[in-house]
Amino acid sequence: MNKMAVVGDNDSIMVFKAAGVDAFGAEDEKKAKEILRQIAKDYSVIFLTEELAEELRDFLKRFNESPYPAILCIPSKKGSTGFGMEELRKASEKALGIDILFKDKNR
Amino acid sequence: MARLNVNPTRMELKKLKARLKTAVRGHKLLKDKSDEMIRRFSIIIRKDKALREAVEADMGGVLGQFALARSLSSGEVVEQAFSMPVSPVAIECGTDNVMGVEVPKIEVAESENTGSLPYSFAGLTSEADASVEMLVKVLPKMVELAETEKTVRMLAAEIERNKRRVNALEYVMIPQLEETIKYISIKLDENERGAQTRLMKVKDMLSGDAE
Repeated sequence: MNKMAVVGDNDSIMVFKAAGVDAFGAEDEKKAKEILRQIAKDYSVIFLTEELAEELRDFLKRFNESPYPAILCIPSKKGSTGFGMEELRKASEKALGIDILFKDKNR
Repeated sequence: MARLNVNPTRMELKKLKARLKTAVRGHKLLKDKSDEMIRRFSIIIRKDKALREAVEADMGGVLGQFALARSLSSGEVVEQAFSMPVSPVAIECGTDNVMGVEVPKIEVAESENTGSLPYSFAGLTSEADASVEMLVKVLPKMVELAETEKTVRMLAAEIERNKRRVNALEYVMIPQLEETIKYISIKLDENERGAQTRLMKVKDMLSGDAE
């Protein structure tokens, strides 16, 4: 516990290594799932690239019940896919029934 | 609405009335809780959105800078330089309580080696140093985002659960109890009237015999 990890493709995570975050390379979602299973107990904050998070959407739901690990999706080297924002919108819809964040943009 | 399967007795009536009272009070409390949770949720989610926008922009900068650094040196050199271990960033984890929901509270502990690089300055171009430096600056923000995002998710789940409880009470439990109470009191009244007429009848018969 009390450690941070980053999971993603090698190009996106290499810079994290130098900043003192443990990096785990994962090229596809299968590998990422395996890694997440192994490290979920040891790390309290896990950064995951958006591409992988999108694939593992259902798998990540199981982490929603307990405070740790906190999994955060971050943009990868290809840029943001908007998945993180999409998740926020969904959470708002789930809780309030309406989307209070992006309603103005959709109009 | 189906009524409960109970015997129409005074005892049951008393019990049901007590249950109805509890249910109504519970419903009010849960509804208040739901309102307050929604209020807090909307504050947190707005904060989270702003933070996420900032972090996404910063991350784009970091990764762009890093891509630049990579392109300036050969792949192996960069890989070698970045595979050296550094002392990990320490974070402090606790839990916070938002309306009875345990949420994470994470803080980046001040570490003494912020800014030190795992490779020598001669090894890589200054662009690489800049990208690492930028990332070190973004990290506390990212940790904060991880914390708020988790809070948002957990709170959303809790609000949904709570809403279900409120609805179950409002649309199932309370109508059922009210209907059953009504049924029992009608039944009891009916029994009373039955007894009354029977008594009158018996009295008539008795007085008829006497004559």
